[in-house]
Amino acid sequence: MSPREVVERFGRAERWVHHATALLMLVALGTAALLYFPPLSALVGRRALVRTVHVWCGFALPVPIVLGLASRAFRADLGRLNRFGPHDWAWLRRRDRRAVRAGRGVVPVGKFNAGQKLNAAFTAGAVLVMLGTGAMLTFPGPFADRWRTGATFVHDWLFLVVLVVTAGHLWEASRDRGALTGMRTGLVPRDWAARHQPAWLDGVEASPDAHGAESVNPPPGKG
Amino acid sequence: MAGRAVRCSNGRVDEERGAPVGRRVVLGMLGLGAAGIAVGASAQEGVNKALAPVAPLGDVLPAAGGFRYYSVVSSVRKRTLAEHRITVHGLVDKPRAFGAADLAALPQTRITRDFQCVTGWRVPDVMWAGVALPDLLAAVGVKPGAKAVRFRSFDGEYTESLTLEQARRRDVLVATEMLGKPVTHDHGGPVRLFVAPMYGYKSLKWLGGVEVTDRVVPGYWERQGYDVDAWVGRSNGRSDEPT
Repeated sequence: MSPREVVERFGRAERWVHHATALLMLVALGTAALLYFPPLSALVGRRALVRTVHVWCGFALPVPIVLGLASRAFRADLGRLNRFGPHDWAWLRRRDRRAVRAGRGVVPVGKFNAGQKLNAAFTAGAVLVMLGTGAMLTFPGPFADRWRTGATFVHDWLFLVVLVVTAGHLWEASRDRGALTGMRTGLVPRDWAARHQPAWLDGVEASPDAHGAESVNPPPGKG
Repeated sequence: MAGRAVRCSNGRVDEERGAPVGRRVVLGMLGLGAAGIAVGASAQEGVNKALAPVAPLGDVLPAAGGFRYYSVVSSVRKRTLAEHRITVHGLVDKPRAFGAADLAALPQTRITRDFQCVTGWRVPDVMWAGVALPDLLAAVGVKPGAKAVRFRSFDGEYTESLTLEQARRRDVLVATEMLGKPVTHDHGGPVRLFVAPMYGYKSLKWLGGVEVTDRVVPGYWERQGYDVDAWVGRSNGRSDEPT
């Protein structure tokens, strides 16, 4: 395979942060389901053990992200996920957002599309809110009853939303081999990138220090 | 979240110059979360009332208002009312095992009260029926020197205690019916305790044994730090409305 046929999408740090967060999130959601849905609770019981696993996973959830901040590539991805350009609003508005013309996506999507950006922002917000309310439920001592009931209310209902959003994220990923490969190996096929992230691909290929772009680096010459 | 434009190895710089929507979403969610904590107690009451007509929803979705299932063991074997026996022993005149027919032969008591969990959830107006504990104790005769009553679940793990004075209240039931039907296994059937004025953990599920003792022995949750005298609104640092 020639180096131009695949493009590096994620480095080791970005993938590690993703996988560690994903694992913690899935265990937290799984144990939450066992604690919360009465038929599952009745099936599994062992409340003390399930609760302990749930609480530890919950408190550990932000750790991979915080550690990831040491990586320049991960910080750059956070910057990209944060910012919405005109093409992101267009991507959200247009019905043909995933349309491809001549092998390229019609919307000039960067490294992440607007849906991925919203998913990342929602997940970050949800982790923080669940962390705060979860801490109140784990250490209820200093809080008045109404606050504790309020924290339960938020923790319960947001859990259901997180469950739906995470299922949606997994559903979208499972339908797209390129995306799965990209997160697993860090590399995506060039034609996949052209269809999904045309503007990002242009940036990669124009950038002199990017993977597989050595050939476009002009040889040193006389000014 | 990096708010500044960062030139990086494989991306376009202009993408990072757009509006910081991600940060706004996160801050918005934090705001909503805080508001939810502040008004959640009233909001949950509203949800419970609104969803009361579809009560079965609460059986699968506790946030819709209903009982939550807490079991401290892996599984509890099912027992039918027909095969089940409640043994009553300890400081009593006539130790005895009570089957379904024996319980039915005793005076029956019906009470309707809210069920309040120490973790905050409350199920309004639950109707219970069964034998008032003082009637059961009278049937076996309590010996002088008895100070307390200890209860045991047939799950093998769970225990609870009441003082003799508490156990002689008319609103403490050995319940065989809940909401007009036999108590189901998941709700602690075929026979469970219902201690109306106290938090839910005192209402021991899967009642198997009743022992009259000379002192109060702290039960499962009480060894984990919950109050032994678990009056709703006057214990465990909570101020719920009494049930």
